[in-house]
Amino acid sequence: MNHLLSIEDLDREAIERIIAQAERFSEVSDREIKKVPALRGRMVLNLFYEASTRTRSSFELAAKRLSADVVNFAASGSSVEKGESLKDTVLTLSAHKPDAIVLRTPWAGAAELVSKWCSAAIVNAGDGKHEHPTQALLDVYTLRRRLGQIDGASIWIVGDVAHSRVARSNVLAFQRMGAKVTIAGPPTLIPRGIEQLGCEVRYTLDELPSADIVYALRMQHERMSETWVPSMREYAAWYQINARRLTARQILMHPGPVNRGVELSGEVVDSPQAVITAQVEAGVVVRMAVLYELLAGAREPRPAADRPADRSTMAETSVLGGSPSR
Amino acid sequence: MSGPDRLFGASTPSAELLLSDVRVLDPRAEVDARRDVRITGGAIAEFAEPGTLQAREDEETIAGNGRLTLTPAFFDPHVHLRTPGQEHKEDIESGTRAAAAGGFAGVIAMPNTDPVLDSAPLLRSLRDAAIHQARIPVGFLPAITRGLAGEQLTEMAELRQEGALGFSDDGKPVTSAGMLRKALQYQRLCGGVLALHEEDPTLSRKGAMNEGAVSAALGIAGIPTVAESTMVARDAALAGYEDARVHFQHLSCAASVEALEHGKAHGWRLSGEVSPHHLLLTDEDVRSMDTRMKMHPPLTSEDDRQALIAGLRSGTIDCVATDHAPHARDEKEVPFEQAPMGTTGLETAFAALHTGLVLSGIIELPLLIERMTAGAALFELPTALIAAGEPANLALIDLDAVWVAGEHGWESRSENCCFAGRRLQGRVLMTLAAGGVVHRDRALTLVGA
Repeated sequence: MNHLLSIEDLDREAIERIIAQAERFSEVSDREIKKVPALRGRMVLNLFYEASTRTRSSFELAAKRLSADVVNFAASGSSVEKGESLKDTVLTLSAHKPDAIVLRTPWAGAAELVSKWCSAAIVNAGDGKHEHPTQALLDVYTLRRRLGQIDGASIWIVGDVAHSRVARSNVLAFQRMGAKVTIAGPPTLIPRGIEQLGCEVRYTLDELPSADIVYALRMQHERMSETWVPSMREYAAWYQINARRLTARQILMHPGPVNRGVELSGEVVDSPQAVITAQVEAGVVVRMAVLYELLAGAREPRPAADRPADRSTMAETSVLGGSPSR
Repeated sequence: MSGPDRLFGASTPSAELLLSDVRVLDPRAEVDARRDVRITGGAIAEFAEPGTLQAREDEETIAGNGRLTLTPAFFDPHVHLRTPGQEHKEDIESGTRAAAAGGFAGVIAMPNTDPVLDSAPLLRSLRDAAIHQARIPVGFLPAITRGLAGEQLTEMAELRQEGALGFSDDGKPVTSAGMLRKALQYQRLCGGVLALHEEDPTLSRKGAMNEGAVSAALGIAGIPTVAESTMVARDAALAGYEDARVHFQHLSCAASVEALEHGKAHGWRLSGEVSPHHLLLTDEDVRSMDTRMKMHPPLTSEDDRQALIAGLRSGTIDCVATDHAPHARDEKEVPFEQAPMGTTGLETAFAALHTGLVLSGIIELPLLIERMTAGAALFELPTALIAAGEPANLALIDLDAVWVAGEHGWESRSENCCFAGRRLQGRVLMTLAAGGVVHRDRALTLVGA
């Protein structure tokens, strides 16, 4: 594994390997000195184009517990605000020779693009509304700790799927691990064609009691440039996970930060079904495992694959078209 | 045609040429046979059985040996030459050089430049530039509304006097039906085709690709095909009501083809164009988030692609248009959602369609030639014809030549071609426009030897 760009790149075996490594690192977290020297002398660069406290600090903590050096680069207040392009920023920062770049941007595919521009291992910490693979891995880890296996489990992902990178990564990851995924939410927030990822789609929570795990998504106020639901009040009436809707045998997850009173009622956040703080805890060990997986083995400098200069003369692909008309 | 000239290009020396033993293919002239063809003083002078015409001292001879095909040169009613204001992407010289390399003898430039082509003085200056720089003749479509803002008509009558072929707000729709209706009515005074970019912005919103399974999987906001097709249906009805002449640009979906077919069945004066990329690629090609696959309208589904092919074959869609839209490398080397819309297309149009549609048996070569030359007549311009006495507007093509698009670079100033890196079969070796040789492929000397 050279980069972690998308859950699509991981098979079940790779996910199992990362989770097993995270299990081993979880012991570190319980020690008095919460640090191992695994990545001593390595540099991890956190490059964040979007506001993020928990993901960034989770990566920072993970890197520090592995004894790596960490540099945080936030796009606000930097050359990015002066109009520097993503490519120029990455090339500039690459001069410091980071071993890994943890990248969050508001643009789908940015992590993959950056992986072609520099030799560092790229960890996608969220690319637009596309993917957030470490969130999916820590969610799988959390469920495995709680349930042992999730094969055959019914997982409902509820809420604003359209604006959620977490939803896309989690649908893929949960399915890879053998679970059956249903997404539910207002029709205006369920993208057309999403069922082709292999999940079921529901517009009401009528069948929610059949779920083993309820995964509520954050209503992304900050990402919404227009009205998608008539009101938060109506949204809550139809889609809020509350004590009336959540049964005692179900597990409740949420990627945070929670809007209490919108997608979750206060009482379920604090209920024993909720594993929300366990998810946060899992974040550090899973990210340790990801960084370890990417960096511990690699001693040789990576070749920079697919330099942009090669783009116009990319390896020839097949002859066009070819499918007969109807 | 009386009135002002409407195509403008630099003059080239009149060709004196003998093309010996070439396959002459012109569906309009109903000819498909091996011939010797003599071009004298820039006009088609003489046809004869292969091997019978003797070379004269004052003319160049190209030996086809039965392996080269001579067709009427193509016409592209939809290109972006980026002059004025965006010459880092393309200019009149580089854009028409790319067109000549693709076998085109005429193109129509869109007005979404900086500043927008919306006034007679600007049109006059572009005409002057074309007369000095354009390798092949260029026509201009000034804007329908000032600044493409959709609020006030341009001085359409004066623009027509100065040589406007018609009008277009390409790049943007005329969103207001009332505004468009005024343009359709005003057409009775000034003439000129109204070419429409169809898009309902309240449906397309901030979409960056076609709405469907791929956009859902990538988390990229989708543009539903109804953003186009509902506007085609609306504007077809408006054109019918006002008995106006309307041309629909870059059609991209099945429902638009149906709406155009419906309008034509009413006898409304409508026509339509489709791009090579919409005929050959689908939104599956966007999965890699390659910014060269980002254009407007976006690449659509396989069902839409099949409907576009069927529409082109039936004649519901009248012609092919590349929507050649150059962008500089650094503008396209950004994440997909940030990238500007557009792909270049002039240099690959024929080869890509020949490879993707003709060689795979989907449409016949004569039909492709017809659809790649039909754009001129839609804008009341003469169509290239291979017949004695006609001016030489010709493409000499090696249908067997296999090449990788972009392997030797591009004539265009930009390289954002959606077909880059693909193996294509069929290469234009020589193009004649308005009687002069405007393009000569480097392979030609080898073939002619």
